Amino acid sequence: MTVQEVGRARRRKEDAKLLTGRTQWTDNLSRPGVLHVMFLRSPMAHARISRIDVSGARDLPGVVAAFSGQDFAGEQGSLPCAWPVTEDIVIPEHPPMAVSEVRYVGEAVACVVATDRYRAADALEAIEVDYEPLPAVVDMRQALADDGPKVHEAGNKAFSMKLTSGDVEAAFRDAPVVIDRTYVQQRLIPSAMEPRAVLVDTDGEAFTIWSATQIPHVLRVMLAVVTGIPEHKLRVIAPDVGGGFGSKLQVTAEEVLLLLLARRLGKPVKWLETRSEGNLTVHHGRDQIQHVRLAADADGRIRALRVDLLADMGAYLMLLTPGVPTLGAQMCNAIYKMDAYEFACTGVFTTKMPTDAYRGAGRPEATFVIERVMDELAAEIGVDPVEVRRRNWIRHDEFPFTTISGLTYDSGNYEAATERALSLFGYDKLRAEQNDRRDRGDPVQLGIGVSTYTEMCGLAPSRLLGAANFGAGGWEHASVRMLATGKVEVATGTTPHGQGHVTAWSQIVADALGVPFEDVAVLHGDTAIVPKGMDTYGSRSLAVGGVAVVRACEKVRDKARRLAAHLMECSPDDLEFEAGTFTVRGTESRRTIQELANAAFTAHDLPDGVEARLDSDATFDPENFSFPHGTHLCAVEVDTETGMVRIRSYVAVDDIGKVINPLIVDGQLHGGIAQGIAQALFEEAVYDADGNLLTTTMADYLLPSAADLPDFALDRTESPATSNPLGVKGVGEAGTIASTPAVVNAVVDALRPRGVRDIQMPCTPERVWRALAAQEREGGQG
Amino acid sequence: MIPAQFDYVRPGSVAEACRELASDEDAKALAGGQSLLPFLRLRLAYPSKLVDIGRLAELKGVHERGDHVHIGALATHDEVMRSPVVNAGCPLVALAVAQVADPAIRHRGTFGGSLAHADPAGDLPAVALALDAVFVAASEQGEREIPAAAFFVDYLESSLRQGEILAGVRIPKLGAGWGFHYEKFHRTAQAWAIVGVAAAVRRSNGSIAEARIGLTNMGPTPVRAHAAEAALRGAELGDQVRRACAEAAAGTAPPADLHAQPDYRRHLAEVLTGRAVRAAAGAG
Ligand SMILES: Cc1cc2nc3c(=O)[nH]c(=O)nc-3n(C[C@H](O)[C@H](O)[C@H](O)COP(=O)(O)OP(=O)(O)OC[C@H]3O[C@@H](n4cnc5c(N)ncnc54)[C@H](O)[C@@H]3O)c2cc1C
Repeated sequence: MTVQEVGRARRRKEDAKLLTGRTQWTDNLSRPGVLHVMFLRSPMAHARISRIDVSGARDLPGVVAAFSGQDFAGEQGSLPCAWPVTEDIVIPEHPPMAVSEVRYVGEAVACVVATDRYRAADALEAIEVDYEPLPAVVDMRQALADDGPKVHEAGNKAFSMKLTSGDVEAAFRDAPVVIDRTYVQQRLIPSAMEPRAVLVDTDGEAFTIWSATQIPHVLRVMLAVVTGIPEHKLRVIAPDVGGGFGSKLQVTAEEVLLLLLARRLGKPVKWLETRSEGNLTVHHGRDQIQHVRLAADADGRIRALRVDLLADMGAYLMLLTPGVPTLGAQMCNAIYKMDAYEFACTGVFTTKMPTDAYRGAGRPEATFVIERVMDELAAEIGVDPVEVRRRNWIRHDEFPFTTISGLTYDSGNYEAATERALSLFGYDKLRAEQNDRRDRGDPVQLGIGVSTYTEMCGLAPSRLLGAANFGAGGWEHASVRMLATGKVEVATGTTPHGQGHVTAWSQIVADALGVPFEDVAVLHGDTAIVPKGMDTYGSRSLAVGGVAVVRACEKVRDKARRLAAHLMECSPDDLEFEAGTFTVRGTESRRTIQELANAAFTAHDLPDGVEARLDSDATFDPENFSFPHGTHLCAVEVDTETGMVRIRSYVAVDDIGKVINPLIVDGQLHGGIAQGIAQALFEEAVYDADGNLLTTTMADYLLPSAADLPDFALDRTESPATSNPLGVKGVGEAGTIASTPAVVNAVVDALRPRGVRDIQMPCTPERVWRALAAQEREGGQG
Repeated sequence: MIPAQFDYVRPGSVAEACRELASDEDAKALAGGQSLLPFLRLRLAYPSKLVDIGRLAELKGVHERGDHVHIGALATHDEVMRSPVVNAGCPLVALAVAQVADPAIRHRGTFGGSLAHADPAGDLPAVALALDAVFVAASEQGEREIPAAAFFVDYLESSLRQGEILAGVRIPKLGAGWGFHYEKFHRTAQAWAIVGVAAAVRRSNGSIAEARIGLTNMGPTPVRAHAAEAALRGAELGDQVRRACAEAAAGTAPPADLHAQPDYRRHLAEVLTGRAVRAAAGAG
């Protein structure tokens, strides 16, 4: 008997080296004679560069070179945007180093290359730049005003898109209930533990780029396109990468410039971001103004939903910038049935750091808007928020279900997840306590928030991506090789940066080939070792890349079967495969897969048409997205005297289909929920009216730590995905997507009797206190 | 970020350290480095020279001295927090120190460094002020004593002179009948106080005989809530205390920053002073 590996809570193979500091972060790597690069960054949000003189820096000790944007003007190209969401979208030139105009604080205007970082940093202070200030554009609504200052010549509107389904006007006409709200998704700074870092070496002709990136494969293609260096002269390596959350799903100015510097100087060059530099220049997340209107019948049945977004692009469109908010088009309707639906989105340029994918990318925003407004609907008609959802959601017997926005959800069971969550949470008891505290006028009020989310992940069917104007496909590749000694090497096109693919893939392969978990090595993140791949983002790795691994294993097994049949002189159909051994049915005759791997290596006796080595490749392109869902419940205590919000309990019941490793799944949920709570209560990137980022350090940009978070009670229901043979859906972003509205709903629920019906995120103590104070001034009930 | 260039010396005695500091007006003492190093890295400070006093045995340790506790400037937060002498002689200090930053920082940051840094958002200045601590400054000329009320001059500015080192702090023991509490209001466990209240309260017969209240982050320096202290004298627990604590922010000029505007800080000072006083008085 062998134990089945899939489904086991295996400890991660990755952890020992992470915990004992034996990791290969890019900053731990070096090359002989490496030079260090530091960037001078614009202190102005918007200005013309009237003069820039780097000569003072060049003369300092240890400085090898100093350049301004002028020096790269002919060769630096424009940073790519791969997702032109509309035909008439405005994609402005985006020079990696500003040449004549800066458009956000932090934009690189010059660089110094020196023998060490300290000298490079000192030399930055010797560069002279004269800026001619131009007006900052900070507020999206003002940016769209006709006579306001412009970020780009073409104006401040990047694009406008609209999706309509059903007769929205009719549905709103004489609807008994209409809710009209505006919510703000604050700007967030993805804060991966490892800052960005880039190292580039060259032999004079070809280049190796080590970068703390999520996307070595995509980066290689894009660097070739941007710089004109032929793709086959570029090798990109993502060594150990310490988190990304989307922020390392980017083709960055620094990656391009380091490559150009290595070419120009013929020497290895390295750059490591400082934390404050990262807060300024790692692409930001969220930043939307969401106008939502919902029409319903008196019993709470939704007639129509209308969502109108303003999405802050920042100063330029980066790799996926416009695609992030527009993902909401398919997601705002969420798990609910309705007669009509309209989604509109306008992308707006401002003089701020560009936004782009951040954990959840478009789905947290969409989930927030619908889950918040469902609570408003419940309050409006005086029905429990869970009950309102029940009246509107797709029932489990209605799957597969094509939604109003056009996606087909393959599987799910919202009833089951919700029932489980309610009972784990002790919903009725907490409601009773809430009432009791209200009656007593307890200064500490209890609030209960629910979020019944779904999301689309497993990016993605290439066909659908093409239809959405996305610049690439969504397939994934794997190569499974049995070595001469019977061990297994898997090369995966996914690029883990903390997710644990090495462990999960080992479990999948161990079961598929009947080999020990320990005998499997997983290689990734190097375009020379894994030539094909589309990398890791959008909770795609397992649902796409994991399936490619399964497919490659199936091919290896088929080949092994032919070889075994040949060696044991039987028909392949006479063979049984179990626990890594082929047995001729009804006999004692058997060969282990390891023996077969060796036979394929020696190749002394192969059947006709079978090539040496027991290995195979597979590429998987899914038919459909996958749709995890679940029910999250949050109880908060709000101190009405100080405004402080404390999370008292948190329950998450998620349906992510089949589970490969429950320990990894729990880890993803813990981190995801923490990040969603962080948006609800703690984090906010703040720019002042002049476009200066005020939250450049962690003293100002508050990240919660374990001490600020409750224990999470996690459980799962399981409706396997039908879109892939593993039945898996993806869990990388679910926690983040679900948790933010659960928490804010809880905060508002606590204060609703006092007339409060929204608190802008993050719900800081000061904001809560001010909301209460404002209601008190207005004389209570609102 | 990366600090600008500086020299580094590690003197073998307090006298030598004072000489180093006196001879160069841009030199700075380096203790635990938990405030100074971030300043250097953010290039908010450009000292010419760091005088590392971190290993000077004369400045270490916590000492029982009869009517007061002497805390050496180099005693780490962790050491102070665990010290039986501190917990017995001046428990308010132990209560507040336990709320400074996190364990890693408490193992490096020093009691003297926290006070010499004179950050009004630090938790210990308000405590030292509330307890009328006496600061002992050492220089080439010898030692001088500075009362807490005269130590904190302005934002990040103490009355230490160039060439002076804070050698230690004397915390007078308050007699029997006193209760203590430090109420820190912050958004995350590792964050600085938005407002903090250090309260020492002596009760007699169900009312408050005497209260000393120090406020954290309610102005450019730590401040005593004199008006509330006066109003609390003789106040009975309950409404009288509540009314008295509503005076807590009187005369303060709290800062505006990303975490709080001045009016909110004033409100917090009132609420938190009420809580601190009730807790110190043993009334929960
Ligand atoms: C992330 C973080 C969070 C923190 N949170 C808090 C908090 O919540 N509450 C809080 O109170 N503190 C907090 N701190 C600060 C911490 O308490 C520091 O230990 C303290 O501020 C400085 O002590 P130090 O020994 O590290 O001094 P250093 O950083 O070495 O020095 C600080 C300043 O004091 C001067 N100095 C130091 N010692 C002497 C001396 N003996 N004589 C004369 N001058 C001297 C130095 O020249 C320098 O100007 C935090 C620090 C960090 C990094």
